[in-house]
Amino acid sequence: MQLSRDALLRAYRQMKTIRAFEDRLHDEIQTGEIAGFTHLYAGQEACAVGVCEHLGPKDYIVSTHRGHGHCIAKGCDVIGMMKEIYGSREGLCKGRGGSMHIADVEVGMLGANGIVGAGAPLAVGAGITAKGNGTVSIAFSGDGACNQGTTFEAMNLAVVLKLPVIFVFENNHYSEHTGVAYAVGAESMAARAAAFGMRAEMADGIDFFAVHDAMGELIDYCKAGNGPAAIELDTERFFGHFEGDPQRYRGPGELDRIRAERDCLALFRRKVTEAGLLEHGDIDAVDEEVMALIDRAVAEAKAAERPGAEHVVEDVYISY
Amino acid sequence: MATKMIRDVIVETIDAEMARDPDVIMLGEDIVGGNGSAGGPEAIGGIWSTSTGLWAKYGPDRVIDTPISESAIIGAAAGASLSGKRAIAEIMFADFIGVCLDQIWNQVAKFRYMFGGKSRCPVTIRMIYGAGFNAAAQHSQAIHGMVTAMPGLKVVMPATPADAKGLLTAAIRDDDPVIFLEHKALYATKGDVPEGEYVLPFGHARQVTQGDDVTILATGLMVSFAEAAARNLAEEGIGCDLIDLRTTSPLDEEAILDSVERTGRLLIVDESPPRCGLATDLAALVASKAFASLRAPVEMVTGPHSPIPFARELEAAWLPSRDKIEAAALRLMSYRG
Repeated sequence: MQLSRDALLRAYRQMKTIRAFEDRLHDEIQTGEIAGFTHLYAGQEACAVGVCEHLGPKDYIVSTHRGHGHCIAKGCDVIGMMKEIYGSREGLCKGRGGSMHIADVEVGMLGANGIVGAGAPLAVGAGITAKGNGTVSIAFSGDGACNQGTTFEAMNLAVVLKLPVIFVFENNHYSEHTGVAYAVGAESMAARAAAFGMRAEMADGIDFFAVHDAMGELIDYCKAGNGPAAIELDTERFFGHFEGDPQRYRGPGELDRIRAERDCLALFRRKVTEAGLLEHGDIDAVDEEVMALIDRAVAEAKAAERPGAEHVVEDVYISY
Repeated sequence: MATKMIRDVIVETIDAEMARDPDVIMLGEDIVGGNGSAGGPEAIGGIWSTSTGLWAKYGPDRVIDTPISESAIIGAAAGASLSGKRAIAEIMFADFIGVCLDQIWNQVAKFRYMFGGKSRCPVTIRMIYGAGFNAAAQHSQAIHGMVTAMPGLKVVMPATPADAKGLLTAAIRDDDPVIFLEHKALYATKGDVPEGEYVLPFGHARQVTQGDDVTILATGLMVSFAEAAARNLAEEGIGCDLIDLRTTSPLDEEAILDSVERTGRLLIVDESPPRCGLATDLAALVASKAFASLRAPVEMVTGPHSPIPFARELEAAWLPSRDKIEAAALRLMSYRG
């Protein structure tokens, strides 16, 4: 599908925003100012953006513990997200969720999730709503979640109920610290999904255009009432499982190689400039704009209101 | 008023709420039954007869028969409710909470809190619980203690047909997750049920019998056991203030404390093992907030610390009983500190 200049710039801006957000978090986490566990999405931007550029606010996504990219791609407020990760009362979840629980139901983002594999059943439920609305529901999962029984139950139920749910398996080659070659018994995640009785595809997850084209077809297919579908995206994780992970499982030179040869932003830039769709200057301008946004997000997050002990029992329905 | 069985009240209440609100949907294993078989849909109509006729009336998009996949049932109900539906999920036996606990405990219960109060998840999880059917260790348990301990859930345990109607209506209309526990041995219990709109707010206990000597707290099936004991005790001149908690979360602390302040004696009947459960929780509440009123140590009639056994003799011995409740009340009355 040929994208307009505006659509290309928008897609690039989304990918760059994710990359800059994650790179900056990686640096800020070293200062000790950010609490808790953070799982960075850098490297996988073409997956989230290639999927979410097709979606509107009435389409739903359910994300994972590595969810910042999905949140940004689906339209969550970047400054609100940064404030949340800093634990501010002004954060998207008032500082009660943090990195692993960012959600904004208003934009169709039904939550990052700290439990690997917990999201797929939720996406099936959103698929029940989507079926009535003529929209779709996306279950983002990693290669780790694809081994959870919850994911199997969800895939089967989506087939049984013929729901417009797309299971997006982002294969970044590591389930936490264990290689996919060891942990996934099937020939591929797509083959496994196909065995559940749904259409399943594979695409290069660092190529925005490959993801975007494949998803366009699958979304049309699901909206036409054919039931669910799945796609396995071959992608790369530029950081560790969590921030602070020494990554001793990586081979010599592996990180340098994937960063040099498998960078979805560099690939996007090369493709659009070589095809004459955008100039380098257009892309540089987006980079500058995004870096300014991230600077502002961090500055605002550091200055934002902190929660107090009086806020602990808000929104638990009942407290004792 | 009309006299009805609890199981019929459940179907009628779900029917009324589905008619009233097109966003109400229902999911569960065999709630339709017969799909994919020679007998065809509704060959069963729900193994508890608590969904009979609803599929024919509302269709497969609203009465959703599921495979045996408890995590997917709760997850789908939660995802649908997060995105605008109002789902009722049925877990055929509450014991199966073991295979969907994450979706209840880490997902449904926490969304509104974790998401900064900006989401709602109006899901009602109906779970069929309790002993008395010789269904052995994996099909007989009461799980209210576990879910009452979880912040973010409301927990409802109706003991009468009227309460089943009023509380289930409130549960379905509630914008937050509710665990609605139906005792399998109470389904055939009959009682008067108000006609038309009838909604009971959570957190208001029901006074079953009045008396000045012993406060008895009970839920679900235990209410009828305690009521039988209270009748016998009344003949011996012992007045029991029997309180049916109706909901274990929210908890009607005021009703409990008011009663204990009057009687000075507390007996808790709980269909659970003895540790870390509703009985110990209520005993702690009274010890910390009405200590000076107590004239005797708190009595707790619970099951023993064992799985629920199969054989008739063993299961009967496991369960609290009228005799055990009476004996505990007599111990309270004869206590001399």
